[in-house]
Amino acid sequence: MPNYRELLQQIKSEIDEVDVTQARDLLAADGRPLVVDVRELDEWTEGRIPGAIHIPRGSLESRIEQAVPDRAQPILLYCAAGNRSAFAAKSLEELGYESVSSLAGGYTDWKRSGLPTELPRTLDAAKRQRYSRHVLIPEVGEEGQLKLLDSRVLLLGAGGLGSPSALYLAAAGVGRIGIVDDDRVDASNLQRQVLHSTGRLGEWKAESAKRTLEELNPDVEVVPYIERLTSENVERILADGWDVIVDGADNFPTRYLINDAAVWHDIPLVHGSIYRFEGQATVFKPGDGPCYRCLFPQPPPPELAPSCAEGGVLGVLPGIVGSLQASEALKLCLGIGEPLVGRLLLFDALETEFSEVTLRRDPSCPVCGDSPTITEYVDYVEFCSGRPAHA
Amino acid sequence: MSRVRIPPQLRSEVGGAREVPAHGGTVRELLDDLMDRFPSLRPQLVEDDDIAPFVNVYLEGEDVRTLDGLDTSVDHGSTVILLPAMAGGL
Repeated sequence: MPNYRELLQQIKSEIDEVDVTQARDLLAADGRPLVVDVRELDEWTEGRIPGAIHIPRGSLESRIEQAVPDRAQPILLYCAAGNRSAFAAKSLEELGYESVSSLAGGYTDWKRSGLPTELPRTLDAAKRQRYSRHVLIPEVGEEGQLKLLDSRVLLLGAGGLGSPSALYLAAAGVGRIGIVDDDRVDASNLQRQVLHSTGRLGEWKAESAKRTLEELNPDVEVVPYIERLTSENVERILADGWDVIVDGADNFPTRYLINDAAVWHDIPLVHGSIYRFEGQATVFKPGDGPCYRCLFPQPPPPELAPSCAEGGVLGVLPGIVGSLQASEALKLCLGIGEPLVGRLLLFDALETEFSEVTLRRDPSCPVCGDSPTITEYVDYVEFCSGRPAHA
Repeated sequence: MSRVRIPPQLRSEVGGAREVPAHGGTVRELLDDLMDRFPSLRPQLVEDDDIAPFVNVYLEGEDVRTLDGLDTSVDHGSTVILLPAMAGGL
């Protein structure tokens, strides 16, 4: 039976080791390896090789396939001195990873050689616990959670669609949530607007939402705007700085207004709409797909466009569509996955059926087209009234 | 024959059906067949002899405006979705 030292020597003879100079060159070249730090959390938080991801040695085998699904991806492992990473390299080779090396001398030699290091931003213990189920997902992780805490999402409407969106965005730790709503909580809202409650009847929805969300998650700052979005206030509200806008409005003038503003400010707009048993969702991402005007150049005449207030809506339907919007908003904040850009998702609750149609940018679109003809805010109420306001 | 998916806003015009069959070798013929049987659909779908700007017509998931518009040919057994703009969110 070999002792530890003999085993280590044997393992090191079987794996590929690189010294810090070779490692530096590898990281500067094309086909750069993914750097994996296998030390413990307390070591990682004191400094790391820039760009490294963290998988402690003890969880390496169980987590590496999630983090690095491609067995051909070159991997450079390091620990403090090069011993744990040597064993780690052996394990990864046994798991079928084709190009694995271990940094001889580890982080200690790297730092001593004057090569760059960085201090990772980390979640404190309370946040690590609160967001642990996010941190565990390779696509989110600690860095993703930190991104969410830095993200700013503006919601139009704290109603049917805004309620689930706001709740999930706040629970997810989106650091700043703006809510534009000029309405008060009414008894007829409570069948679906789960941000509010019977005890809040008569309160401003934006204020009620702020209370609910900050109670759910004190990490989140909620900015209420008790006003209706108009051409006059939209620039002031957008000047507060938003990464993503979630549209849960209930009328066409607001939808066209926020579309134009989002295009001009280059902010992705997560669209959702609902009626009775059916809902739609898509993402309008400026420069990367169509806008709302490409989809619907004009609103229907008012007599042809019943609202939920007139036609009704199944209470849970905005829960589904609004949650889809929250999911898209989180993906956009994190920069992961395939957002619903250029695709309109249709949901029919009565048939329990999802379908999708393709949306394309219209080169002749008056706002996002090649030669825009609308370049400033218009009178959106007039535009949507069916009276010809523009050429 | 093709199947035309009727959105909830327009179902009262077709007796409540979620889907109705329609005949035609082009989108124009298909919509004409539909509107002949359900005349109150016409102002909801057509304006100035073209598809109204507040409604989209999808043939197998593609907006017919990005194909040949009303002249787009329709294969037997196709699925057509009518989609008017919908504003509701509250």
